[in-house]
Amino acid sequence: MSAILVFVEMVDGVPDRLSAEALGFAGGVAKALGADLDAVIVGGDATAAAGLGGYGVGTVRLATSDRLSSYAPAAWGAAVAGVVAAGSYDAVIASASDTATEVLAHLAARTGQPMAANVTSAEPVAAGAWRITRQRWAGSLLEDATLDGQPRLLTVAPHVVPAMEPAAGAGPATVDRVDAAVTDSDLRARIVGRDVTAGDRVSLADAKVVVGGGRGMGSAEAFAMLDELAGVLGAAVGVSRVATSLGWRPHTQQIGQTGTRIAPDLYIACGISGAIQHIVGAKSAKRILVINTDPEAPIFKRATYAVVGDVHAVVPAITAEVRRVKGAG
Amino acid sequence: MRILVLVKRVPATGGRITLTDDGRAIDTRFLGFVVSPHEECAVEEAVRLIEANGGESVVMTLGPAEAADQLRDALAIGVDRAVLLETDGSDWDPLATATALTEAVRRLEDADGPFDLILVGNESADSGGFQVGIRLAVALDRPVVTGIKALEIRDGMATARRQVSGGFDIYELPLPAVVGVREGINLPRYPSVPGRLRAKKKEVETSTPDRPGNGGPVLDSLKLPVEQEAQAEILGSGPEAAPRVVEVMREIGVL
Ligand SMILES: Cc1cc2nc3c(=O)[nH]c(=O)nc-3n(C[C@H](O)[C@H](O)[C@H](O)COP(=O)(O)OP(=O)(O)OC[C@H]3O[C@@H](n4cnc5c(N)ncnc54)[C@H](O)[C@@H]3O)c2cc1C
Ligand SMILES: Nc1ncnc2c1ncn2[C@@H]1O[C@H](COP(=O)(O)O)[C@@H](O)[C@H]1O
Repeated sequence: MSAILVFVEMVDGVPDRLSAEALGFAGGVAKALGADLDAVIVGGDATAAAGLGGYGVGTVRLATSDRLSSYAPAAWGAAVAGVVAAGSYDAVIASASDTATEVLAHLAARTGQPMAANVTSAEPVAAGAWRITRQRWAGSLLEDATLDGQPRLLTVAPHVVPAMEPAAGAGPATVDRVDAAVTDSDLRARIVGRDVTAGDRVSLADAKVVVGGGRGMGSAEAFAMLDELAGVLGAAVGVSRVATSLGWRPHTQQIGQTGTRIAPDLYIACGISGAIQHIVGAKSAKRILVINTDPEAPIFKRATYAVVGDVHAVVPAITAEVRRVKGAG
Repeated sequence: MRILVLVKRVPATGGRITLTDDGRAIDTRFLGFVVSPHEECAVEEAVRLIEANGGESVVMTLGPAEAADQLRDALAIGVDRAVLLETDGSDWDPLATATALTEAVRRLEDADGPFDLILVGNESADSGGFQVGIRLAVALDRPVVTGIKALEIRDGMATARRQVSGGFDIYELPLPAVVGVREGINLPRYPSVPGRLRAKKKEVETSTPDRPGNGGPVLDSLKLPVEQEAQAEILGSGPEAAPRVVEVMREIGVL
């Protein structure tokens, strides 16, 4: 009987969102192959693990060791490698979270197997290479490729499959405790603490309205008008890489491939040309309003609404109008 | 202190990507080339650490002969030496890349002593494999952490911070180590004119690695994601558009 192993990260006793997506993806692969679906969790408690039954998991391998109290990338990789070595898996599937990606890469490096990151679809076959599609350039470009390996290793690109909802009435998964063999050398790099500083990154990622500025703002000072518009709209401020490279704004506000991904109801992009590396960070925005002097700028092709004009005149006028309307209402 | 930084030459695609006729590569005829912003930050971090601690920094890439340009960009902001592992420009998979880089690191270390720190980008800009740094570290038996937004080196230890929701996780790892950095760890400087001139004169140490067998994933073809190209509704031009803009905001319920 063939089997698929999915790496799951638990938060408050349930799989985190990206893990729930990976479970859905892995479930589809297992079904196509007629394979069992196993999960591996490093650390954590057995009761919560049994709950993965609702996600279609038959057996959860709970890799535990008293040396796994705080996250250590290589040790997590070793724990998963132990589970993989003891079974016979066609593939190991993980989410594309920082941690899951890192753990899978450690597994790949230890075992010398290839690994494909940010996979959007796979055509599983029992023997030989799988045809897969994966993201390049953070999703601005797709690659059709073949992936082989024993087992095949892949991470699932975020938000290409829905997060799985647990089926009500499904029985619990079998929980199999596995002693993780962790060496001193696996623990050389590890978490020693946490610095809790609520940065503004989270609010940018979650904001309902984002006001963004780029090179067209012309100066650091000009961003004051964006702060003001954001203030009256209850919006977060985001920027292009040019604005951060020039030191106008901190990198925590950068939207794009090497910045934050936003998903607001409205993104107001001011003086931003729409380079693919910027737009890829805003592709989950429901609507984009562009304010730009150049109607030929690529961003117009991504815009829902557009105002052709100079940000320095248009933005203050919008702020004033919002104030007027709010005052009247 | 000795630091090695690894960078990868990629095309600076602007508003849209055009593919070659065979669909296997980006048409780069009209494009400039850069390295990933993460790697630019890794280069800046290396220069700052050497400025603070003394020693030598080395930048290395595996890529076509033209990748010497990206090495010179790093020399221009203060990296001491540049090493090019020259290929025919075809796509090397992450396993092959890491194998060639590992061999080169061993060779450099045999000649001039170990690197205390190897800095890589969190992921390459183009292929985004998220693995070359980890494969290299495992092959060299060194600790590694990725996704790093702040780094401190003291008494043979690296303290590194990774952003998580609500703050930073703090990692510790003993040197020698490999660290994968993210843009935002610093603000890279612009090269000075004397820096550029100096870089132009420096030698790029070039060798040609053997290509290991294909590990995969094996690239078959590229394609652009299907995007609905929107036909933007023009709300007006200049400040006179403001009332219509605000009306739309009310219609869509953000006001
Ligand atoms: C690997 C890689 C990763 C990258 N990651 C990111 C990323 O995460 N985020 C990101 O943003 N970029 C990223 N970039 C950079 C990206 O390619 C572009 O260079 C950048 O997004 C351009 O920023 P911009 O739109 O502000 O500037 P420009 O492209 O210079 O555009 C300025 C725009 O402002 C308009 N304008 C000028 N004056 C005015 C005015 N007075 N009023 C109104 N409009 C005006 C112009 O018409 C123009 O459209 C990355 C690049 C690479 C190679
Ligand atoms: N061809 C290459 N030459 C030098 N360094 C590379 C190369 N490919 C990848 N790297 C390094 O490894 C990091 C991660 O790459 P990747 O695994 O492709 O996402 C990059 O940011 C670089 O620092």
